[in-house]
Amino acid sequence: MEKIEARDVNFYYGNFHALKGISMDIPRNNVVAFIGPSGCGKSTFLRLFNRMNDLIPEARLEGSIMIDGQDIYGPDVQVDELRKNVGMVFQRPNPFPKSIFDNIAYGLRVNGIKDREYIRHRVEESLRGAALWDEVKDKLNASAYALSGGQQQRLCIARAMAVSPSVLLMDEPASALDPISTAKVEELICELRKEVTIVIVTHNMQQASRVSDKTAFFYMGEMVEYDDTKVIFTNPRKEATQNYITGRFG
Amino acid sequence: MKRVLEHAVRWLLTASGFVTSAVILLIIGFLFTEGAGLFREHVIEEGYVLALNRDNPVKEMSAAEIKAVFDEDIVSWKDLGWKDIPVETFRLEDIGRYFTEAELGPQYEHAGSAIAGLVSSHPGMIAFVPESMIPQEAGLNFIEDSTISFSEVIAGPEWFPTATPAPLFGMWPLLAGTLWVSLFAILIALPFGISIAVYMAEVASEKVRNFLKPVIELLNGIPSVVYGFFGLIVIVPMLQRVFGLPVGESGLAGSLVLAIMALPTIVTVAEDAMRNCPRSLREASLALGATKWQTISKVVIPSSMSGIASGVVLGIGRAVGETMAVLMVTGNAAVVPTTILEPLRTIPATIAAELGEAPAGGAHYQSLFLLGVILFFITFFINLCVEFISSRGKVRNS
Repeated sequence: MEKIEARDVNFYYGNFHALKGISMDIPRNNVVAFIGPSGCGKSTFLRLFNRMNDLIPEARLEGSIMIDGQDIYGPDVQVDELRKNVGMVFQRPNPFPKSIFDNIAYGLRVNGIKDREYIRHRVEESLRGAALWDEVKDKLNASAYALSGGQQQRLCIARAMAVSPSVLLMDEPASALDPISTAKVEELICELRKEVTIVIVTHNMQQASRVSDKTAFFYMGEMVEYDDTKVIFTNPRKEATQNYITGRFG
Repeated sequence: MKRVLEHAVRWLLTASGFVTSAVILLIIGFLFTEGAGLFREHVIEEGYVLALNRDNPVKEMSAAEIKAVFDEDIVSWKDLGWKDIPVETFRLEDIGRYFTEAELGPQYEHAGSAIAGLVSSHPGMIAFVPESMIPQEAGLNFIEDSTISFSEVIAGPEWFPTATPAPLFGMWPLLAGTLWVSLFAILIALPFGISIAVYMAEVASEKVRNFLKPVIELLNGIPSVVYGFFGLIVIVPMLQRVFGLPVGESGLAGSLVLAIMALPTIVTVAEDAMRNCPRSLREASLALGATKWQTISKVVIPSSMSGIASGVVLGIGRAVGETMAVLMVTGNAAVVPTTILEPLRTIPATIAAELGEAPAGGAHYQSLFLLGVILFFITFFINLCVEFISSRGKVRNS
């Protein structure tokens, strides 16, 4: 049994057929990158894994998505429990207008953890895990907005990791960052894969080739090709993939 | 040609801006000069004196003491710092009790000396008479007439602007009434307003929202006299029944009416603030496993706090300045309120009710302008609060 199994996923925004018959297995503790031109459906597909698309009115899903063998769209699934297990990092850093400490503690608190000592411990652990501890340990009570963009994004990663998810979804996590911050986030991804399965959407092909084990290429709502990253970038089977990664369109 | 037109338009816009500002400043200046005139007025009515027996050493009396003496609340000179002699008051209209018309002469030409003699022979007498009537050589003492003092006006507990010989301009009951009514109005409006705002911004479907929002904004368009009428017909009798009051016109009636009137402001501003809470923050919260309510209470409301607070403060501003509806339902008793269930009177209601009967230029008239100045300061302060709160919100959200 793989960590995530998607079977014949079709997704519609109203009448628009956004995802067309996608099946995919994502192995445990792998980093899987989704690449493809804008509007190809990769972010939509990513957001199905933590049911973020539930918020969109008139959206409809066919097919099934299993995480650890459980259908996450099943009738007895608690969405908040699911989201606790499937963390997410967004394109733009989106810390809460709270202190650094409270940002990390938020996920623990909303999940009913009250033990202050444990929360303190988890905050430190998560910040260390996100390689941010040394930079912020003296100003945990400062507003998260006082951090730089790159630090904010790592804070968001730490925040997602604080609730101990087993899957981490990243929606273009470095697209709003400068090259140095991007490198730090990529380093972090390589560290985090020991703990979690990571699915990352990226526009940056070098990034995909640097950080991922497997890569899926999406085009016009279809998954054109899905294979080991090495294969996709050196010897793709489909011409469209070849064209995209060599920059001939997209 | 185009040039000329553009110049003309620019000139017109500039001129209208300056003219408007100038008019506003003039209005405020007028308010202040008229209001400040009160402190140049004398405690005792102009042209009159309070005459005392020559043995009476009392030199100064406050307006409140003068009123107490003539209301016979103070009956002994001991209370005023002399010895235990009963106070006898004399007003011009009492003259018939002491003298016959023959004694006064056909033209009342002997009235002055007659009163002087009367005061001289009664050690405890205090006479309120026109200054011109008393002969210079009568050898009476007079109460020193001082100007109205600032502290007596601001902190004075009694508002009797038409009392003679010395009107009382204690504005504390009015100020307290205004603040008291506004406070309760906000306490009532706040939970409702916030709940409605949360419901509209977060829970209601687009359809319900599109119906509710115009309806609530419609409340803003109802004239306040209609609210007052509604309050008088519905709320006042209801309160009378529910609380078993002797009269239903009370501070609470005013607060309820004001709460209804402040609701649209609070709801609209707070709802806009909540809808402006970035989607990315909601998503961040939901993605961490927070439920919808956790997201609303821990992320959406705190992050739109500045907007919500602005709405509340604007609502307060409306409540403080509201005149007509309050005038109609609060009973207008100028006493310092101790409970919300008794009649009280607010500053705007006082101005509206009394301006018509106050002689222009007199102390009463000026005191009403001074009330206007106080009201101006209250709303000015409230506006400053709004500015401060919303500017703080802007800094944080940028």
